[in-house]
Amino acid sequence: MWTWFHRLASPPTFYRFADRLAPWLLIAGTLLLGVGIWQGLFIAPADYLQGDSFRIIYIHVPAAALSLSIYTAMAVAGAIALIWRMKLAEVAVITAAPIGASFTFLALVTGMLWGKPTWGAYWVWDARLTAELVLLFLYLGVLGLNSAYSDPRTAARACAWLALVGVVNVPIVHFSVEWWNSLHQGSSILSVKGIAQPKIAGEMLKPLLMTLSGSYLFFGAVWLRRMQNEVLRRERRANWVRAFAGQAPLAEGSNAQPGMAGPGLVDAATSRQGRQDDAAGRGRGA
Amino acid sequence: MTKRNQRLLGVVALVIGVGVAAALGFTAFRKNMMYFYTPSDLLAGTVPIGASMQLGGLVEKGSLVRAGGLRVEFRVADCAKNIPVRYDGVLPDLFREGQGVVADGHLDADHVFVATRILAKHDENYMPPQVANALKGDPDTGKHSCMPFKAVESAAKS
Repeated sequence: MWTWFHRLASPPTFYRFADRLAPWLLIAGTLLLGVGIWQGLFIAPADYLQGDSFRIIYIHVPAAALSLSIYTAMAVAGAIALIWRMKLAEVAVITAAPIGASFTFLALVTGMLWGKPTWGAYWVWDARLTAELVLLFLYLGVLGLNSAYSDPRTAARACAWLALVGVVNVPIVHFSVEWWNSLHQGSSILSVKGIAQPKIAGEMLKPLLMTLSGSYLFFGAVWLRRMQNEVLRRERRANWVRAFAGQAPLAEGSNAQPGMAGPGLVDAATSRQGRQDDAAGRGRGA
Repeated sequence: MTKRNQRLLGVVALVIGVGVAAALGFTAFRKNMMYFYTPSDLLAGTVPIGASMQLGGLVEKGSLVRAGGLRVEFRVADCAKNIPVRYDGVLPDLFREGQGVVADGHLDADHVFVATRILAKHDENYMPPQVANALKGDPDTGKHSCMPFKAVESAAKS
């Protein structure tokens, strides 16, 4: 089990693994999302009180759930990147941030569109809405921090620290509706009573579970693809990428980085060398 | 201790430290995190008269009176107390007796809450009309819960 993990941490192994997995995730995710949205929009009955406007739940709830899950995943990857200096984890942190920011933005916008006809206001400063907005700013902070450093490895580590500090906001978003008074309602599925006895009728719940799981699979596919691209970009001087691109391998002792294509756990010396190379490469690319 | 263990310790200490700081901060400022006061808070006299605030609760069944024009009067209740509300304006579509509302406004000298804006607070129950109609016969399950309306003051003490 552990050796499998160690092997997966090596960029070329990860690249091939992701290449095999991503298409299946994308197909399954798109199917579930498509069927779920179709059932949600056309098959599920209208709500007794909100009528058809409740149907935005089929986008809003998956987007909001993912906004929290992606941040948590980003923080876990950040901890791995900081403790074990694993390069693949650094890639995971910075590639997750734009996807998470998009889902957070989607959750906020769909929530506002639902809030106007339901509550009577697009926005109020209650605990749930404010904490979700803070979550968006945390994602944007990670994105900004990442582009503030010229060296991608230093940038990723700074982002990992921010991800870890910000993870405290995840339980705050989730439990805000239980700890404090808020205009936003409590959770229909993910509460102590809700799991045993959902507060949403079965025929309305089924499409929701489909769009929920579909969104997670879709996110998995997008994340893997983004990580693949970032790995290629960071390892572009490594021989396995050159071979992949149909280029001749660099001669021994030239700019080839011995640690790059090897196991993901690199020691300090190689990472310092890699940093200089990456900085030089980035300067040239800009 | 190896370098890696030091980093592990650093990460764990950071997460726990930030968590404890947030927990202490939010416990101390719990009142400030509350979006609205409840009728119990207002009747306990802890809220100054004339101060602008939000009041949350359920519109009591049978209490709605249309007083000509856009003016409405009704009572808002939490699990324990209720208080009269007066409002001159457009009500949200989802405003019903028995439903949750959050009103912006202030308490006047006669202990009537004068609202300047009313928002409907939806709850977490979603169901088709047939199910809702079937539930209406049942006085316990058909009623909207007063539980989401937590008193600010008593909650802060406990």
